[in-house]
Amino acid sequence: MITGALIVVLSFGYVGLLFALAYYGDKRADAGRSIIANPYIYTLSLAVYCTSWTFYGSVGRAATSGIGFLPIYLGPTLMAALWWYVLLKLIRISKAHRITSIADFIASRYGKSHLLGGLVTIIAVLGIVPYIALQLKAISASFSIILQYPTEALVIDSFSDLPFLHDNTFYIAMLLAAFTILFGTRHLDATERHEGLVAAIAFESVVKLVAFIAVGCFVTYGMYDGFSDVFRKAAALPEFNALLNQGGAAGNYTNWLSLTVLSMLAIILLPRQFQVAVVENVDERHLNKAIWLFPLYLLAINIFVLPIALGGLMHFPAGTVDADTFVLTLPMTERVTWLALLAFIGGLSAATGMVIVETIALSTMVCNDLVMPILLRWKYLRLTERRDLSGLLLGIRRGAIIVVLALGYGFFYLAGEAYALVSIGLISFSAVAQFAPAMLGGLFWKGGTRLGALWGLTAGFLVWLYTLLLPSFAKSGWLPITFLTEGIFGIDLLKPQQLFGLQDLDDISHCLFWSMIANIGLYVTISLWRRPTATEHGQANLFVDVLRYVAAGSGSRFWRGSATVIDLQTLLGRFIGPERAHEAFAAYARSQGIQQIEKLTANAVLVHYVESQIAGAIGSASARDMVASVVDEEPLALDEVMAIIDEASQALAYSRQLEEKSRELQSATDELRKANQRLQELDRLKDDFISTVTHELRTPLTSIRAFSEILSDNPQLDQAQRGKFLGIITRESERLTRLINQVLDLAKLESGAADWNPSEMDMREVIEEAATALSQIYKERNIRLELQLPEITPPVTADRDRVMQVVLNLLSNAANFCEKPDSRVCITLEHRSEALQIEVSDNGIGISPADQAIIFEKFRQVSDMPAGKPKGSGLGLAISREIIEHFGGRLWVDSTPELGSRFCFTLPLQRIGGAALAA
Amino acid sequence: MQKSVLIVEDEESIALSLEFLLRKEGCAVACARDGTTALQMIAQQPPDMVLLDVMLPLMDGFELCRRIRVDPALKKTRILMLTARGRENEIARGMSLGADAYLTKPFSTRELMGTVRSLLGAGMPATP
Amino acid sequence: MIKPVLKGQRLVALFLLGALLFNYPLLALFAGSERVLGIPLLYLYLFTAWIALIGLMALIIERTDT
Repeated sequence: MITGALIVVLSFGYVGLLFALAYYGDKRADAGRSIIANPYIYTLSLAVYCTSWTFYGSVGRAATSGIGFLPIYLGPTLMAALWWYVLLKLIRISKAHRITSIADFIASRYGKSHLLGGLVTIIAVLGIVPYIALQLKAISASFSIILQYPTEALVIDSFSDLPFLHDNTFYIAMLLAAFTILFGTRHLDATERHEGLVAAIAFESVVKLVAFIAVGCFVTYGMYDGFSDVFRKAAALPEFNALLNQGGAAGNYTNWLSLTVLSMLAIILLPRQFQVAVVENVDERHLNKAIWLFPLYLLAINIFVLPIALGGLMHFPAGTVDADTFVLTLPMTERVTWLALLAFIGGLSAATGMVIVETIALSTMVCNDLVMPILLRWKYLRLTERRDLSGLLLGIRRGAIIVVLALGYGFFYLAGEAYALVSIGLISFSAVAQFAPAMLGGLFWKGGTRLGALWGLTAGFLVWLYTLLLPSFAKSGWLPITFLTEGIFGIDLLKPQQLFGLQDLDDISHCLFWSMIANIGLYVTISLWRRPTATEHGQANLFVDVLRYVAAGSGSRFWRGSATVIDLQTLLGRFIGPERAHEAFAAYARSQGIQQIEKLTANAVLVHYVESQIAGAIGSASARDMVASVVDEEPLALDEVMAIIDEASQALAYSRQLEEKSRELQSATDELRKANQRLQELDRLKDDFISTVTHELRTPLTSIRAFSEILSDNPQLDQAQRGKFLGIITRESERLTRLINQVLDLAKLESGAADWNPSEMDMREVIEEAATALSQIYKERNIRLELQLPEITPPVTADRDRVMQVVLNLLSNAANFCEKPDSRVCITLEHRSEALQIEVSDNGIGISPADQAIIFEKFRQVSDMPAGKPKGSGLGLAISREIIEHFGGRLWVDSTPELGSRFCFTLPLQRIGGAALAA
Repeated sequence: MQKSVLIVEDEESIALSLEFLLRKEGCAVACARDGTTALQMIAQQPPDMVLLDVMLPLMDGFELCRRIRVDPALKKTRILMLTARGRENEIARGMSLGADAYLTKPFSTRELMGTVRSLLGAGMPATP
Repeated sequence: MIKPVLKGQRLVALFLLGALLFNYPLLALFAGSERVLGIPLLYLYLFTAWIALIGLMALIIERTDT
């Protein structure tokens, strides 16, 4: 006999154990020795997915639809394979932006929108509260059943007539509220992590798994002789074949697919799943093992579902016992007291785990995305001026927990056995599935906008309301059934579950189809209608490319403004309490390597830090408003944001810099190599120069020495020959002297050490003088010299002797090129606009293009000089060019071989850059 | 028997001094001012010796030396190279190309004539 | 974080495989009334495929060679 007292003590004892465990977990966390920081606890906490709907409901569903219960667990298995990308992204983003709920996530993704956050919260509350009611109902029902031990319950709906003060479920709900408040809102913290609570949830997952498998083993191996035996004996059941034929009672393949998709989405979009998988995640590496361990948990808890269902169907006469209670009633009917109690505790753990986490998640949303934004805007509350808001915030959280649980209990109390409660699991799944386009779209598509998400969510939500929730109300008798059978206002096409005449789908698939058409359609269409704003674009980049950015703090790059450290600390203190704010600032200062808070600078990183700390307490959208209230923020224009993004969002930005650097290095190396080559070249030139000078000096020396020795050794030489040889010696000596002078001259010119005596001079006069000086040579060689000089030329400032040197050099070169009988050399002077131009042209042999290129170089001479002409030193043109360029002019040559050459030079009328003066 | 010598030198005054010295020695002397002219003259009438300047217009002394040495008909022609560049590597290059002797400008006339005599052989009559 | 892109891609491939295994038309192949050791084929198939999928996931995750 199991007494009511025993059950009550057991139930409350179990919840008390949870309290102790959670308390221990929190203590360990405070001491910095987390008991939940491993992938196994993480996986077990994810198993909060399995509620009493799994524990009791799967068997019930299997009893009526065979393997039809499986898609609810196959979907999450498939999704687990995608967690690698999806969940990892969610965790990274949420940690970077201190996101603590789905509402916050979606609001933050689309530019920190209050409206979106509120809408998501409303949908979540409407979709989830009945689901919580379902858990409470399971607790209540299991109470009633186990109290009738040892006779298994036949009728179990008597509790609905009880005044709620006599209803144990009410006290359980109260206890859960206390638990949630105690361990869910111990303090306000940016991370919103609750280690003790997670420890308790993980423990509950162990309890429900152990209990279910114990019952499964008992039925399969105790009551029957293994799986084969169960199935063989069940084959006698009339409905057996239908149960195991997927196309039969299990529903069609479309339903199968819809349930798979819905549960895939639910495993990440259910508020409780987001809470444990994302918010409570300690280390993203735990995700690794969870990817395969979590599906394994699901498989383990499902393996005995069908045997228990079949066992129940065979054991109890048809219709006498609700299949939903087989897990509990089978041990009871076999009089296995401990197993019955274990099954009861298992069911209790499945229900309470869900209620606790779901309530936490919903209350965070309600507080951060619904209540706070409204309160903060309510000017006359003057909340924005309150010094410490942390107490108020905790109060709101706790209030929200109580309200959510009260709503759940209220719904349970009102709905009771109604249809609405039975099918509520899938209705909840369908509700949260509406978050999928905005959430997953926002995770992988940068183009989604706030308006698109808003309209998509609204439309999907309304379709869900019309095609799924309201019909379930109608089936429960709360709305006229004609709403279902005849459509609203009697319009046939608007029948809620045969919308626009679509009749072939079951109600879940029907809702999924139409709501997703509306949701995705509007989300995409409206998003594509308009360019995203700067904020939307910035957030989109941060979210979609999160795996490319370094974990936290990236948001600050999109902020610019000024604030004081004191203002920021005071602001944070108002939300999480002055002491915790001080701690947070001290921690921040330490992380920046700064000793005192006073020495912090209020830069973008600090502002972002404060904003994310506040975001943990009141949601990202409100946090942004709050920070903006103490910060003089300069809005970034779209193009500036785009510039930042374009610069930064490229994954290769950094490596591009590296490439740039290595390219610079490369070019520096190239320049070095070139400089080195140039140096070697100069060195070689110097060697060549010395070698050439040596050669040029030795040549006249050779003649001088040879003839001197000849004269000395041959005293018998006749007078004429002696005179000739002496003449050669004299000429070569002069040549030697000239050469030495020119080498020295050129060295001076090149080194800039030359003496210049600039003065105003008359170019015409210089030319005439030079012509006179050379007239004897020209006459000797029978070359005609023509002068074409204007009457008057403007005076030019230059060194008269040097210019004379140039003219003489050109004239004597010209004479050397002339060998034809009617040779002539013409020198002209022209007054051009800015300069005087002097040309010396001859009709001699000309200079080949190859020689034209080199004759201005030192010691480079025309290679085919007419034989017998006196050779120059090879320095004349080099020196001339130095002189002309010194005065800002140019010296060049044009020549046609065989026809003659023309050497030209210019002297600017206005001196360039004061070069002459400086010299 | 009178020895024939070709002087290849573009410096007129140096060529003049060489011509004087060799004629006094009793040689038949011809002069060329550049490499190609010299090559033609050698081909027409192979001399007993070539006095060769290195820095020549049109074809330098090294190239001329090489060409003389590859012609089997000119096997007996002695080559005395004269250069204003006295570097070892140039001397080595000249010798490797087959020059018989090498003198650096400015040279001593007595040394030059000594070298010429030894290259042309003892049979050379000393003229007063 | 464990970065290899290859692991992620293998898991996506596994997702596609699972989506194929757990849906029409493959399911229809096993929907008959045949039994293996008394256990209905469809039931056996689903659980076998499921455990195989989990095994492959574990293999991909736990293998360190990538």
